[in-house]
Amino acid sequence: MRRQLVLSVACATAFLIVLIGLPLANYFAPALMATRVGGFTLSWLVLGVLVFPFVWIIAFIFIRRTIRLEEEEVLRAKIASRR
Amino acid sequence: MAALTSFDPAMLPLAFLNNVDPWIFAFSFVTVVVTIWMGFRSAKSSKTASDFFVAGRTVSVGWNASAISGEYLSAASFMGIAGMVMSSGYDALWYPVCYACGYLFLLLFIAGPLRRFGAYTIPDFAEGRFDSPIFRKIAVCFVLFIGFFYTMPQMKGAGTTLAYIFPGMPYWGGVVLVGAVITLNVALGGMKGITLVQAFQYWAKMFAISVPVFVLMSVYGFYGAHLGANGQSTPGSTPAAAIAEIAASESAAAEVNRKPLVEKAPADSAWVSPFGPLTTKAAKAAGLSAEESKPYSLLYTYSLIMALVCGTAGLPHILVRFYTNPDGGAAKRTTMWVMILIGVFYVFPPIFGVIGRNLLPELYAGSGAKGTDKIVLELPRLLNERGGVWGSILSGITCAGAFAAFMSTFSGLLVSMTGALAHDVYGRMLRPKSTPEQRMRMFKFAAVGIGAVSILLGSYVEQLQINFMVGQAFAIAAASYFPLLFMSVWWRGMTMAGAATGMLGGGLAALGCTTIINLSDLKIVDMATFWNSHPLLRILFEQPAIWTVPLAIGLMIVVSKATSSQVPRDIRMKMLVLHAPEKLGLKQEYIQEHQAGTGH
Repeated sequence: MRRQLVLSVACATAFLIVLIGLPLANYFAPALMATRVGGFTLSWLVLGVLVFPFVWIIAFIFIRRTIRLEEEEVLRAKIASRR
Repeated sequence: MAALTSFDPAMLPLAFLNNVDPWIFAFSFVTVVVTIWMGFRSAKSSKTASDFFVAGRTVSVGWNASAISGEYLSAASFMGIAGMVMSSGYDALWYPVCYACGYLFLLLFIAGPLRRFGAYTIPDFAEGRFDSPIFRKIAVCFVLFIGFFYTMPQMKGAGTTLAYIFPGMPYWGGVVLVGAVITLNVALGGMKGITLVQAFQYWAKMFAISVPVFVLMSVYGFYGAHLGANGQSTPGSTPAAAIAEIAASESAAAEVNRKPLVEKAPADSAWVSPFGPLTTKAAKAAGLSAEESKPYSLLYTYSLIMALVCGTAGLPHILVRFYTNPDGGAAKRTTMWVMILIGVFYVFPPIFGVIGRNLLPELYAGSGAKGTDKIVLELPRLLNERGGVWGSILSGITCAGAFAAFMSTFSGLLVSMTGALAHDVYGRMLRPKSTPEQRMRMFKFAAVGIGAVSILLGSYVEQLQINFMVGQAFAIAAASYFPLLFMSVWWRGMTMAGAATGMLGGGLAALGCTTIINLSDLKIVDMATFWNSHPLLRILFEQPAIWTVPLAIGLMIVVSKATSSQVPRDIRMKMLVLHAPEKLGLKQEYIQEHQAGTGH
């Protein structure tokens, strides 16, 4: 449970850095975030398009790790019950 | 004969049938008929809730992921986001992003444990976790509160769409018509949450939003070019950057033929950059300068993010579908696919808003059902100017998608609210000894009653934005269900009293704030002068999550500590069931032990 929670919190932190950081970046560096990239402002590009692949990556990593953690736990429980 | 020649269709009660585009009507009509037919067909093959769950367990990952996504995309996603991006610009982008990202929080903290616990609904979970039937009653109340807040925007979507298809029809006419059809349908037993129907709905909505976008972009210029056309230099940017910007926007603007903005539309620089019209409204109304109002905007933005992310993670009707997977691994793969499916969908609605700002600025002048909320429906019709009927056909397709969105969400909500009223309130609290026939009859009465209340509420909210109202439902869920689920899954010291106080305190505070805001925005209660002198209060009432979520969690901790003797005695076992891998089979042992303990 503790290791699962650590994993969840780690993934959530990675995501929250972007979610909390983007308004701060907009607040303190408006000129930078208004830079145009192919018509988009940088800030629009991040929030309107790039956020979604980023979330998919976090979800993918979380799912792989959490399944591995469960398997390890089952293995340990089996070894313990054999003794 | 004279009477016939001076025949005036406006004199007839069917006058609203004037100026109806046959293509748009045909697509919408077919969608309604197919949705109702599929609902009835699948309702016949599965009669009871347990049928649904057991049969659902064989559903494949792909179908299940489509079904969850289909259930998730309501009128707010389909029409509301585009309308709000058009009216408010950048700030509205937080809505689609947080709708999609809240799902990540659900995956990280709540979905796995809840699935292992085997509780199908939040009232079930609340009762199982705290061994207290009282708690079920509180949870049921919130099913109704959140449900009504969620049905209002669906009704607005219905009224707007029908007012678009039948230009002569008043807004309330569409609300009554759609509301009555769906209520009748639910009362007669159609429209159950069947995987096949929901999965079909996802692909219908995806098709309806993406195909018109691609056609529009290939004719009128791409996403970036349309955004670039909104690029006057922003205040505070360096001269070099400003020159580069102007050069870029000029080259982009050359590709896009922009119509002049009307007076009511926000200016380019405010629209395209953060802290625009949506988040500065309260401070601007109070007469603060642009610099002074920025901190208020930041506060508004964070509160909005908190409401949407936590609210998504607390949405009850989404959780149910996690049980329709054969095992935990499949459940997690399903979640991954859901994130991809809804993520891809949410890229499209803002594009409608951006192109709409350049090509259909007339909508800024309209209000209510004639305002920006109908941009998704009306924009494709512009293609008719280029000849042919393709514009009408594409507009018909987006109307069909809108019908799919608000019909599925409204009927899903109606089923769950009616179920709560008929089974939990009537079947368990008022008349525990009622027969199944009595409960069935009660279900029908409750469906008609709740449908009628929804129609009444829906006909009042024409002036509120669809997306804004859904945000309010999320804010209530964020302050009630989310703290309950999150804290009781991860903290073993939680007691029934703590959970109940926190959920009631936070949830009722959020409910009260949003109700006051709606009453004053609809001008039922006049509070404009009060808000103008208290911009901070206005923001904290309009987006209450930033203080109601901590309030709920704080109350839970304090009251639980004070009543720590009441922590359930088998808390260790409950925590094991919530968190140990399913393969160890602890749940089976727990159920057997539990039944042995309480059976006699």
